[in-house]
Amino acid sequence: MEPAEIIQHSGGVIGASWLMIALPLLGAAVLLLGGRRTDKFGHLLGVAMSVASFVVAALAFIQLLGFAPGERRRGVELYDLIPGIAKVGLLIDPLSISFCLLITFVGSLIHIYSIGYMAHDPARRRFFAYLNLFVAAMLVLVLADNYLGLYVGWEGVGLASYLLIGFWQHKPTAAAAAKKAFIVNRVGDFGLAIGIFTIFATFHSLSYQGVAEGIAKGGSIPFTAIGLLLLLGACGKSAQLPLQSWLLDAMEGPTPVSALIHAATMVTAGVYLVVRSGPIFQATDTAQLVVTIVGVATLLAGAIIGTAKDDIKKALAGSTMSQIGYMMLAAGIGPAGYAFAIAHLITHGFFKADMFLGAGSVMHAMNDEVNMRKYGGLRKVMPITFVTFLIGYLAIIGFPLLSGYFTKDGIIETAMEHNAILGWLAVLGAGITGFYMSRLVFMTFFGKKRWEADAHPHESPAVMTWPLIILSIGAVVLGAFLVLGNRFMIFLSPAVGQPEELPSFHPFSVTGLATLALVAVGAVFAWMRYGSAEVPVVAPRGSFLTTFARRDLYGDALNEALLMRPGQWLTRLAVFFDNRGVDGLVNSLAALIGGSSGRLRRIQTGFVRSYALSIFVGAAVLVGAWFVVGNL
Amino acid sequence: MNGTIPAPTIEYAQLAPMLVVFGAAIVGVLVEAFAPRYLRSAIHVPITLLSLAGAFALTIWQVVKGVPTKPAAMGAVAVDGPSLFIWGTILVLAFVSVMLINDEGHFVAAAAAVPGSAEEEQALHEGAGHTEVYPLALFAVGGMLLFPAANDLLVMFVALEVMSLPLYLLCGLARRRRLLSQEAAVKYFLLGAFSSAFFLYGTALLYGYAGSIDLAKISTSLSVIGGQETLLYIGVAMLGVGLLFKIGAAPFQAWKPDVYQGAPTPVTALMASGTLVAAFGALLRVFWVALGGLDWDWSPVLWAVAILTMIVGAILAITQTDIKRMLAYSSIAHGGFLLVGVVATGAAAGQNSKALSAILFYLVAYGFTTVGAFAVVTMVRDAGGEAWHLSRWAGLGKRSPLLAGIFAFFLLAFAGIPLTSGFFGKYAVFQAAVSGGALPLVIVGVVASAVAAFFYVRVIVLMFFSDPSADGPSVVLPSRGTAAVVGVAVLATVFLGVYPQPVLHLAQNAAQSLFIR
Repeated sequence: MEPAEIIQHSGGVIGASWLMIALPLLGAAVLLLGGRRTDKFGHLLGVAMSVASFVVAALAFIQLLGFAPGERRRGVELYDLIPGIAKVGLLIDPLSISFCLLITFVGSLIHIYSIGYMAHDPARRRFFAYLNLFVAAMLVLVLADNYLGLYVGWEGVGLASYLLIGFWQHKPTAAAAAKKAFIVNRVGDFGLAIGIFTIFATFHSLSYQGVAEGIAKGGSIPFTAIGLLLLLGACGKSAQLPLQSWLLDAMEGPTPVSALIHAATMVTAGVYLVVRSGPIFQATDTAQLVVTIVGVATLLAGAIIGTAKDDIKKALAGSTMSQIGYMMLAAGIGPAGYAFAIAHLITHGFFKADMFLGAGSVMHAMNDEVNMRKYGGLRKVMPITFVTFLIGYLAIIGFPLLSGYFTKDGIIETAMEHNAILGWLAVLGAGITGFYMSRLVFMTFFGKKRWEADAHPHESPAVMTWPLIILSIGAVVLGAFLVLGNRFMIFLSPAVGQPEELPSFHPFSVTGLATLALVAVGAVFAWMRYGSAEVPVVAPRGSFLTTFARRDLYGDALNEALLMRPGQWLTRLAVFFDNRGVDGLVNSLAALIGGSSGRLRRIQTGFVRSYALSIFVGAAVLVGAWFVVGNL
Repeated sequence: MNGTIPAPTIEYAQLAPMLVVFGAAIVGVLVEAFAPRYLRSAIHVPITLLSLAGAFALTIWQVVKGVPTKPAAMGAVAVDGPSLFIWGTILVLAFVSVMLINDEGHFVAAAAAVPGSAEEEQALHEGAGHTEVYPLALFAVGGMLLFPAANDLLVMFVALEVMSLPLYLLCGLARRRRLLSQEAAVKYFLLGAFSSAFFLYGTALLYGYAGSIDLAKISTSLSVIGGQETLLYIGVAMLGVGLLFKIGAAPFQAWKPDVYQGAPTPVTALMASGTLVAAFGALLRVFWVALGGLDWDWSPVLWAVAILTMIVGAILAITQTDIKRMLAYSSIAHGGFLLVGVVATGAAAGQNSKALSAILFYLVAYGFTTVGAFAVVTMVRDAGGEAWHLSRWAGLGKRSPLLAGIFAFFLLAFAGIPLTSGFFGKYAVFQAAVSGGALPLVIVGVVASAVAAFFYVRVIVLMFFSDPSADGPSVVLPSRGTAAVVGVAVLATVFLGVYPQPVLHLAQNAAQSLFIR
């Protein structure tokens, strides 16, 4: 089934859906411009704006449900930016509204959580301003009805994440991490920009509608080139290989940032881009194949990194990479995978935010200690955090009947049908997930206390635990709700199309059982090593493989060897060439302009008589010229 | 007796905005004559601001009521779409400029008193101070309103003088750097008088050719009369010199840096925004209404002038070390970009309205940004008053990041970076020129923009990436008026850069009716 036509819409909540973006943007503006005067109520305003945005999204969703399925793609044109080239408009369809609900709902919970988490930070108001800015930018990204708007949101998200990762800029590591995230993202953004240029050159339009019409018209269209360029952009934002290196360092930001940006929303932008550009990807097998390969490679790489990290946030970051890899894999498969990719994205948004916030709660209790080797036995002192975290954990490893079980299993089944090699690699990834997530839980909540002497862990305040509880409820029920009866696939189909044959859910398929078995093996193995056995406080040297994983699969070393050093050589070469060759040209041009400026300047003597003379001569020349031209 | 003179019919409603401004100016003169010194300022400010606001309201009312289709006052004044748009623009810009003028410390208190001296203190205490700046500004604004709406050459000349004479005076009233200010006033006056003579001589020659000073009649005579082209061409060229002088087009630009630098900064803001808008309005009217049939004749000459103006403005700005002079040269370059739009006119009617709306939009965008930029200049001061030398601006971004950020934003708008109003202004004008067949001119324009971007960015680099000097200037806390002006300018620059459609639409509607004859 093809995607439905976009119907122009005005009026109602959908007509006013720009409020979704405007409200948090206004919040950010007030908080940033208002300065210290808004310190007192800044966090409340931030929360209010985010919640209000969610209310608008929910109302728009309800209005959208009122239409027949085939009429659920509503375009809201706001105004012409550049007549004939670019319009500012929004597209409310099942895909974008799903994102909006996720972003604003999980975003609001994280806002609320941050009231408690950042309570003692002197710059809390600024933090909320950035959070609001981030939510606004992310909504621009998913709501725009054209690639230009998407790009604006894309860059806005990049900026907001830079500001938030480096929020504690007094720490050199945080400043460096922010820079790294920004620069690595630039590589991807570069690809996206060129991809958008190519789209415009090919279709003479930037809107999704225009692109779809252009494809329908046919002709020679460089699908593969566009697809790969867009994928490069997606890899940057979604931390997929080979642009994954920034994500682990980005954990330097405050923990709510990790939950919001690096789990629930920002990293999903790449998946959104691939799904939204479905018409382009579906026309090119090569690009689709590359997307699936990138997805599988990343899901394995992320999982392997997760096995060796002692820093609780970095272990979770590895798992984020890995889970986004699953989504990318599904998004590369086509309409059969889209619904599972987005469904997993939503459930992951819940359980990963739950776990990141849970990790934040643990850190809050342990004097900001992140090393899991110094945790242990926390389940008794932090019961709410423990239970909610446990639910998130069971959801991510795919424990039967919890969210991840339905959505991740859907991806694995679809991949298996698409290509058996990819499918088995995805199953293997699930097994490793079972191991590293169990390791994390056992090291943190079970076993003996390995706390520092001055640690006095306690349960977090209610403003932090309630978001955890709500998120964990989502982690329990959402998967079944979305997947059973193909509810989500049918809902999404007007936006992204639908496979000819709807998949049916088999609780005891071979693949499903194999996955469960591998996960169980991983969990048991983890129990043997980290649950029942003593966990050494100082990390043992470990084997070659451990080091390999600890060093992020040598990702940074690889970047350094492959890109940075040759890059430095290249810059040196370029500087040499620049000094000898280009500069000669440029400098002489600049000297020419500067010199003529200096010479012309002398005409400006300051004497009225010479000014009058110049006017007189000018007038004479003008009269003469007119005379000559007129009499030609 | 048969020799009774029939009373002229005057459409007071159409002329109301101008009449309000002129009326308020005359009331201002009466206030100067009769009100006690200490009260004058308190009376002037509300009168001035209210009259400008009232005139703006009346302009809006005209638009709502329906744009007139016939010239008013016996054919002397044409209140048409472009006129009304230009009026609205000038009135808003004048309003914010008056708010800058209202800020204390810009104007001399007593002619002989040195700034900061006991005599000045004394004079200020007595409530001296040149409160006549308000009626003078109002007269100038009235002239600006009449200038682009004048439908015959003599009215236009009168408007030119009404606009210019108060400005000459205002230029000489700076509180600090008095000699520079007075020198600027005299220079402006001498050169202005010189160029007015050209304008008047051109008028006379055109009258000799067409037998009328009415723009529409000159236009109709173009097709009728043959054999006297010499009169026509010389007349048109002379008229052009007078108009191009006011715009500051090369080679008639020499006054601009000296005058912009010497004049009190709020007056510079008024000149750089209001006068430029009015002068372009008048230029367009003359070249369209009167000389529309001649366009194939005047466009090559305007090509040359536009190219020269852009190049001179952009290149000379590079070596400037004074912020006000740099902004003056930038204003010259922008005049050149606007002339590109003027050249783009002349083809079919649809093309004309496109180019016209582009120019109108550009004028609004540039007007707000330039007032904002000069308002920032008034706030950066050291012991000797405003710190104009660029070296004094080094490291400003570290001392007052907000102000430096705002100024950087204005500079980026001047350079035409996307998401600022300057981008859409330039885009609209250049696009109109390309579709009008003036591609080479647009290429020169883009190159000149690139050169211009260099000196804008240089100031940004200076502000943010150099270390502040130990005795650098301090940023004074702005008065409410100045802060409001900067705020309005920032908002307008952002708004027109992100959501240009309403103003673009308004400009298109204004341009649709073109100039009436």
